[in-house]
Amino acid sequence: MTTQMFGAPIRRKEDPRLVSGGGRYLDDLGHDALAAAFVRSPHAHARIVEIDAADAVDVEGVVGIYVHEDLPGRVGEPLPLLIPHPTLTHGRTGHALARDEVNHVGEAVVMVVATDRYVAEDACQRIRVTYEQLPPVVGIEAARDGVRLVHDDVPGNVAAHMLQEVGDVDAALAASPHTLTLELDIERSACTPMEGRGVYARWDDERGELRLWSSTQTSTGVRAAVAAKLDLPLAKVECIAPDVGGGFGVKIVHPWPEEVLVPWAARLLGQPVKFTEDRREHFVSAAHERGQLQTVTIGFDDDGRLLALDVKLWHDNGAYTPYGIIVPIITSTQLLGPYKPGAYRCEFWSLYTNTVLVTPYRGAGRPQGCFAMERAMDAIADELALDRTEVRSRNFILPSEMPYDHGLLFQDGRPLKYDSGDFPASLAKIKALVGWDDFAAYRATAEAEGRRVGLGIGCYVEGTGVGPYEGGHIQIETSGRVNVSTGLTSQGQGHETVFAQIVADELGVRLEDVHVTTGDSRKMAYAVGTFASRAAVMSGSAIALAARKVRTKALRIAADALEVSPQDLEIVEGTVRVKGAPATSMSLGTVSVLSNPLRYAFDEAAQAATQFAGTFDPDKPPVADDDEPGLEGRDFYSPTQATFANGMHAAIVETDPVTAEIRILRYCVVHDCGTMINPMIVEGQVHGGVAQGVGGALYERMAYDESGQLLNASFMDFLVPYASEVPTIETDHLETPSPLNPLGIKGAGEAGCIPVSAVIASAIEDAEGFPITRMPISPNDLWELRRRHAAGEIPSLHRATRTAPKETTA
Amino acid sequence: MTDVETLHDVTVTVNGVRRTAAVPARRLLSDFLRHDLRLTGTHVGCEHGVCGACTVLVDGAPMRSCLMFAVSAQQHEITTVEGLGSSTDARVAPTGESLSPVQQAFAECHGLQCGFCTPGFLTTVTAYLEENPTPTNEEAREAISGNLCRCTGYQNIVKSVLRAAEITAERRGEAAASGGGEPA
Amino acid sequence: MKPAPFVHHAPRTVGEAAAVLGQVGHDGKVLAGGQSLVPILNMRLAAPAHLVDINGVEGLDGIVVGDEAVRVGALVRHAALARSEEAYAALPLLRQATLNVAHPAIRNRGTTVGSIAHADPAGEMPAVLALCDGVVEAVSTRGTREIGWQDFFAGPLETTLSIDELAVAVRFGRFPAGTHTAFRESARRHGDYALAGVGVRVTVADGVVTEARASFVSVTDVPSVLDLGPVLAGTEPGSTAWGVAVDAAAQAVRDHVQPESDIHATSDYRRMLVGELTRRVLDESALAAEGDR
Repeated sequence: MTTQMFGAPIRRKEDPRLVSGGGRYLDDLGHDALAAAFVRSPHAHARIVEIDAADAVDVEGVVGIYVHEDLPGRVGEPLPLLIPHPTLTHGRTGHALARDEVNHVGEAVVMVVATDRYVAEDACQRIRVTYEQLPPVVGIEAARDGVRLVHDDVPGNVAAHMLQEVGDVDAALAASPHTLTLELDIERSACTPMEGRGVYARWDDERGELRLWSSTQTSTGVRAAVAAKLDLPLAKVECIAPDVGGGFGVKIVHPWPEEVLVPWAARLLGQPVKFTEDRREHFVSAAHERGQLQTVTIGFDDDGRLLALDVKLWHDNGAYTPYGIIVPIITSTQLLGPYKPGAYRCEFWSLYTNTVLVTPYRGAGRPQGCFAMERAMDAIADELALDRTEVRSRNFILPSEMPYDHGLLFQDGRPLKYDSGDFPASLAKIKALVGWDDFAAYRATAEAEGRRVGLGIGCYVEGTGVGPYEGGHIQIETSGRVNVSTGLTSQGQGHETVFAQIVADELGVRLEDVHVTTGDSRKMAYAVGTFASRAAVMSGSAIALAARKVRTKALRIAADALEVSPQDLEIVEGTVRVKGAPATSMSLGTVSVLSNPLRYAFDEAAQAATQFAGTFDPDKPPVADDDEPGLEGRDFYSPTQATFANGMHAAIVETDPVTAEIRILRYCVVHDCGTMINPMIVEGQVHGGVAQGVGGALYERMAYDESGQLLNASFMDFLVPYASEVPTIETDHLETPSPLNPLGIKGAGEAGCIPVSAVIASAIEDAEGFPITRMPISPNDLWELRRRHAAGEIPSLHRATRTAPKETTA
Repeated sequence: MTDVETLHDVTVTVNGVRRTAAVPARRLLSDFLRHDLRLTGTHVGCEHGVCGACTVLVDGAPMRSCLMFAVSAQQHEITTVEGLGSSTDARVAPTGESLSPVQQAFAECHGLQCGFCTPGFLTTVTAYLEENPTPTNEEAREAISGNLCRCTGYQNIVKSVLRAAEITAERRGEAAASGGGEPA
Repeated sequence: MKPAPFVHHAPRTVGEAAAVLGQVGHDGKVLAGGQSLVPILNMRLAAPAHLVDINGVEGLDGIVVGDEAVRVGALVRHAALARSEEAYAALPLLRQATLNVAHPAIRNRGTTVGSIAHADPAGEMPAVLALCDGVVEAVSTRGTREIGWQDFFAGPLETTLSIDELAVAVRFGRFPAGTHTAFRESARRHGDYALAGVGVRVTVADGVVTEARASFVSVTDVPSVLDLGPVLAGTEPGSTAWGVAVDAAAQAVRDHVQPESDIHATSDYRRMLVGELTRRVLDESALAAEGDR
């Protein structure tokens, strides 16, 4: 039997290439291309009065300088609003180059195309733009009070106002024995992949064809958008995602202004053009996420069971809403985590500010939601003097209650219905892993040494693998080489490996014979993209289904040739053979030869398929009416709903009694993403997510000043953690298969980052004895909180003032 | 018209091969390697010296190629990720011992995901292990703490450093046992 | 983020370098390690017309340990200074501080003299020069002059070097026998510019402190040495009296510094932090002093 590939920690097929400098990222392509650079707005809100490029046109090497007026037809029209929603009553998008008004620092105003990027930047420096400054709207409070407006025609800065309610929340709150209200605040962070955005386009004038490469999470999306913008037939546009140096969400947005302008300029100039975003541009011209204010009111009984949950969210969507209101919708639905909320109401306002636009960043609204819910769980425990895990446990949806329908609409417009999960089992595992019940003793020892430590926990559920669909195509060459393609893209998730594992098992071929292509619209034109932890679920399932088709066809052809029944055949290491009589066999390569009746033999093997080879029934056509030539198959996977993964994290932190420096001593993760294709890769995804979560909890925040200048638009001041800031991550897994797809898998990409802010807040609160309601938190922030707590401005936790028993013995 | 910039003939030895190109004085070493010499394995992540993706070895010592001008590298020896192993063409996926111990360790330990920061880690770790061939876990972590990675959370990079030390020792042992020198 | 064009000069001798600097005047900038300068150039926050690249100048890469001082040439990289056993034996503070400069790859290229000439209040080496009562040696076509540290730093990122002068070396003064040093800083991330930092030198004779001084990183706009002798002298390191004196020293430091607020920390926090770091470095030096006995 062939070694089982599915479920094994197979080394990645990508790596020998990537560790040797053999990767080909966007800026590694097109050495002959012209370079684009942009004059970007230095103001958060201003009218463009005049653009004077007289000093720039003479710069040696400048090929073109373009402003909005130069953009013809749809190129100059607003960028598409990708995900409309009925409550998004005031959706607004920008232009590829600003028309009349700029709405955030970094918005593109002028494009320069030159022989290289150095020269293009020289020209940019010589272009003088005169602005009339307008009052900027910065921060959620300023947006919410609506005194100043980002867009004149959007009253109150409200892009969308949405309300979902299940049950009668007011009545349930009124009837609750206990109620609490929490005011919470999460600041902005951003994806900051190590490779910024980038796009490179070549126009073939003779054929009237455009080929573009983009560092994107959706090559089919970019292709369709660019074709529409440039008014080209889709058939004349190809888009390829090369190796992509990380995405984390920011590269799912499309088309970026540059993705429209660079192909447009390439066609206009008849020369290849490339844009490689630099780091400063990435901070002010790409996208951020996370910023929300939340008011959470809970009603609960004496046992800590939720009776009512009433949430109000104010979501900062930045200057424009090209990606709709996906982020606050996810917050408002995924906030519920593994719990039954009782009556639930969530109302949100998505607000414009004069800042970089806000689109999904790994976790996509979930970290904020998890923060709200988990802060509430800790507050209940504190109020009732219960163990924090006990409160959670009492509110869990139980395995016997699956599938569990919350009665809400999820981000895909479909019911928020959990398919599976065993939350009590996950909790038991995380408690064991972190040593929950032993912590009181550990704390006592630490305190005796003058150290201050705290224990925190956070639980989440993540809807993964949203539709609408993905496809897989598999073709077996006469050499036995198996070509697999799927349209979604890769940014480091190991798709070449995990999809090959699936195919190797489904087909019975060797892993090294399987070659996977992703994100190339020439190979698979129907695709959605890589986001929402969906690649393994969607493309993995589609590829498995396609492989099953190919296998059926291979067995049929081989059965004919070997004159046996298909049921008697098996495929082992690329050879179709009779079960129990392996000598009667033929290679898949030979089956491929037979699958494609030939007139011309191109090599010796191919002779067997030619018309005088005598292998065919003269009474039948060479290709049957219900068949196609070639040993290949294509299939699509389109689920009725998302599949829900879950996890629980716990951490022990130490806070310096004097300096308030915060150290994570232990970080533990229990993760359930259903059946794992490759546990090594899943683990890697969890690690990366946790590190980003740690960044978001303790280091990263976008620091805008009142005028809308981003004060930390560099890696020097926006503090992405180094290895020295990320703790050792201890993991354990649970595999609760999804009943929804053929492989039982759930997504894993975003999981790691979701609960981290909640967990760290929980642990710091536990160490300090007063509530933590704002994240991220720096030593300076904590130190200020201590001062305010000492001054009586912040109340103590009940458990900090209660005498025995300590909560962990409850 | 602005002045045409003066070009300087810059000659460096890259991965053991003498290379020359005529470039303006302001050409960053990172761009020189990537665009003039077309060694695109060295990546550019921030251009202000923080991320470490562009780290190359200059006369054996890790340095940020985005913070050096090509003209300042005149006559120096540069090692890029393409020069760490013994494969002649990086586009053909190398196998087995054509990978250096550090490269092999990263592949074995899943020490990379998107691979963009990886060349900077590989050069940094290669030089580090020359100085400290048997690092502890803490030392390994410290050694990579000047490079940013946004994918891996560093856990498997720390493992890779430790594993690379092992592989180096193993290969030395095998080479000694077979009476040969160090593997190429 | 690409630098603006400039004319590159590659002098081979100090004389040539001085001559070029004399010619280019205000349009020129010296390029040594470039670890602070090149980011500024890449961001086009500065665009000098001429860069005088001294990396090829002969004779600037020496570390000379003398009886009075450790002389560090303008092309000595931080890493070389940190590695130098001779320099460490003569003045352990140099290694203690240098290892706090950014990350190894930056230390491999960045120069100690360059860092001092850059005069960043967040730089470690200006504070060390001050604590060591150091001197900068400057050369121009007009000759050579020596500038004591007090006269060298004119303000944040500003020195009294003339536009035509090249800092060819600095001399860090050695301490009397029985002197113990310690250096600590606290940064948001390992290797970042410090929120606050402090170096101390404590001289002990016959078991009691005779001299003590501190200098600071990121909390004064120019390097500044605080004499802690008045609070620490006469105490025995590690004793109860020492503990009381250390509290007083921390208070003196908090009173002395003038930190600024920025997005990473407020001035109040930095003031608290440098006080606490002072306590810790003093206790470190006390341990070293006790180890001597």
